[in-house]
Amino acid sequence: MRYRRRGLDIASHALLILALIAFCLPVWLAITAATHDQASLYTGTAPLWFGSEGLDNFRAVLTEPVGRLGTDVTRLLLNSTVMALGIALGKIAIAILAAYAIVFFRFPLRRLCFWLIFITLMLPVEVRIMPTYKVAADLGLLNSYVGLILPLIASATATFLFRQFYLTVPPELLEAARVDGAGPWRFLKDILLPLSTTNIAALFVIMFLYGWNQYLWPLLITTESDHMTIVVSLKRLLSSADNLVPWQTVMATALLAMLPPVAVIVLMQRYFVKGLVDAEK
Amino acid sequence: MATFQRHRVTPWLLLAPQLAVVAIFFFWPAAQAMLQAFYVEDPFGLGRTFVAFENFARVLASAEYYRALGITVTFSAGVALGAMALALLLAVLADRVIKGAGAYKALLIWPYAVAPAVAGVLWGFMLDPELGLISAGLGALDIDWNHQLNGGQAMALVVMASIWKQMSYNFVFFLAGLQAIPRSLLEAAAIDGAGPWRRFWTITFPLLSPTSFFLLVMNSVYAFFETFGTIDATTAGGPGGATRTLVYKVFEDGFIGYDLGSSAAQSVLLMGLVGLLTLLQFRYLERRVQY
Repeated sequence: MRYRRRGLDIASHALLILALIAFCLPVWLAITAATHDQASLYTGTAPLWFGSEGLDNFRAVLTEPVGRLGTDVTRLLLNSTVMALGIALGKIAIAILAAYAIVFFRFPLRRLCFWLIFITLMLPVEVRIMPTYKVAADLGLLNSYVGLILPLIASATATFLFRQFYLTVPPELLEAARVDGAGPWRFLKDILLPLSTTNIAALFVIMFLYGWNQYLWPLLITTESDHMTIVVSLKRLLSSADNLVPWQTVMATALLAMLPPVAVIVLMQRYFVKGLVDAEK
Repeated sequence: MATFQRHRVTPWLLLAPQLAVVAIFFFWPAAQAMLQAFYVEDPFGLGRTFVAFENFARVLASAEYYRALGITVTFSAGVALGAMALALLLAVLADRVIKGAGAYKALLIWPYAVAPAVAGVLWGFMLDPELGLISAGLGALDIDWNHQLNGGQAMALVVMASIWKQMSYNFVFFLAGLQAIPRSLLEAAAIDGAGPWRRFWTITFPLLSPTSFFLLVMNSVYAFFETFGTIDATTAGGPGGATRTLVYKVFEDGFIGYDLGSSAAQSVLLMGLVGLLTLLQFRYLERRVQY
């Protein structure tokens, strides 16, 4: 190709690698800080290399109650996992059923149901936070897994995506199934679900990240440490110190908080990119 | 579309879970928010009085509110433009080097998975006045960094952390957009003597406008709502309200100040603002965008 210039290619690679290093710097510093003890951390600027504490800081936060949290990080990781899985699986389950009803059945008020679900796309939970909190409190859902999960399931992104996908299913498929005597449940279980596995995987990745990374909602609805999530716990750790921030503990916790979602994205990248492009475009 | 005809109950059974959740946790609270905005409630929940538009008048007359609005605009513009410009630059570079574009994508994508609050904490450490690597570097340049005292620096901190997290998302979309541009078009321009700079501005950039427009909307929404965690975990709206965005103010007035009416009125105004922004973006921007 005439228009390519070798010098520019090399410069591009150089710039990209530089950007990559800059991108990774915050995490690198977190890893090195997490391997120091408080005293060696506070001898100067943040250390660029590992300290002597190795994995001790991680072992400590995972097995012993941390600072003002009143619980160990293992418990927080468990809570975050339950919340993220609950949101991802719950959203996918109710969305598949609702989209199935809207696409494959004719019934009165079908359009109205569709619009009622569609409207929920417009308002994020942050805007209606006060009254949603009140509803959850009235239903006795504070400090419970149900309270962490259910209110965040109430949006229709997933329903929408499954609807789009179902609309592309060839009508012959349904007719053939009906000729063979398959009822609605059979058709869903034996034909539609196997066809949607890629979409389900893609949505699972996105919804898992969404659930894991939630902040405002778990902050409000959990006041006791047994249901607190790991992402929310970080702020308490930061403000817990009366004099010096225990950065080694904060960083060990922060790394544990980002490990599961980053692992999910790295392992399922293929689905994730597909899910992103489908979900938002 | 072929459908199941003689099933009356089945569709309702299928829809029931979704409709129930949406009714209880979306429509009911949304309606409550609207109603609440017209009442003054005492903080102990003992009673409330209808005050019509008084809450709105009070909010719209307060200098605090306009300050938060200004802060939101600065913050969102900084995040959206910063994250998009950086991502576009990197995507153009990655698109140039045909070998390795996929690898760069794989290596740059992971910050998307990091929670906004965690991103804030990581950047808070790098800029910690005592320990921070960057703040030490700035100190060497005679810049005294302390985002706990300096409002402008606190804003810079939350903007940087938010950009860091959002960039990879933009990068994925820009790279996809760039790779969809036919090579022949660029080659033809090159044969006509257009240099890389000129090719970018006359061919690539206009063809990317749908992607850019879409990303502008998504980035604004991100900056508005999802960055709550970043702000709360690092600056908590401070110092002196320098990073108190509109969403943060709704939270503060409602949950810390227990001024429910004002908080609800602000929520309703925020809904209106989000709607207006979306509308404006579509009306005025979309026309200049070539699809």
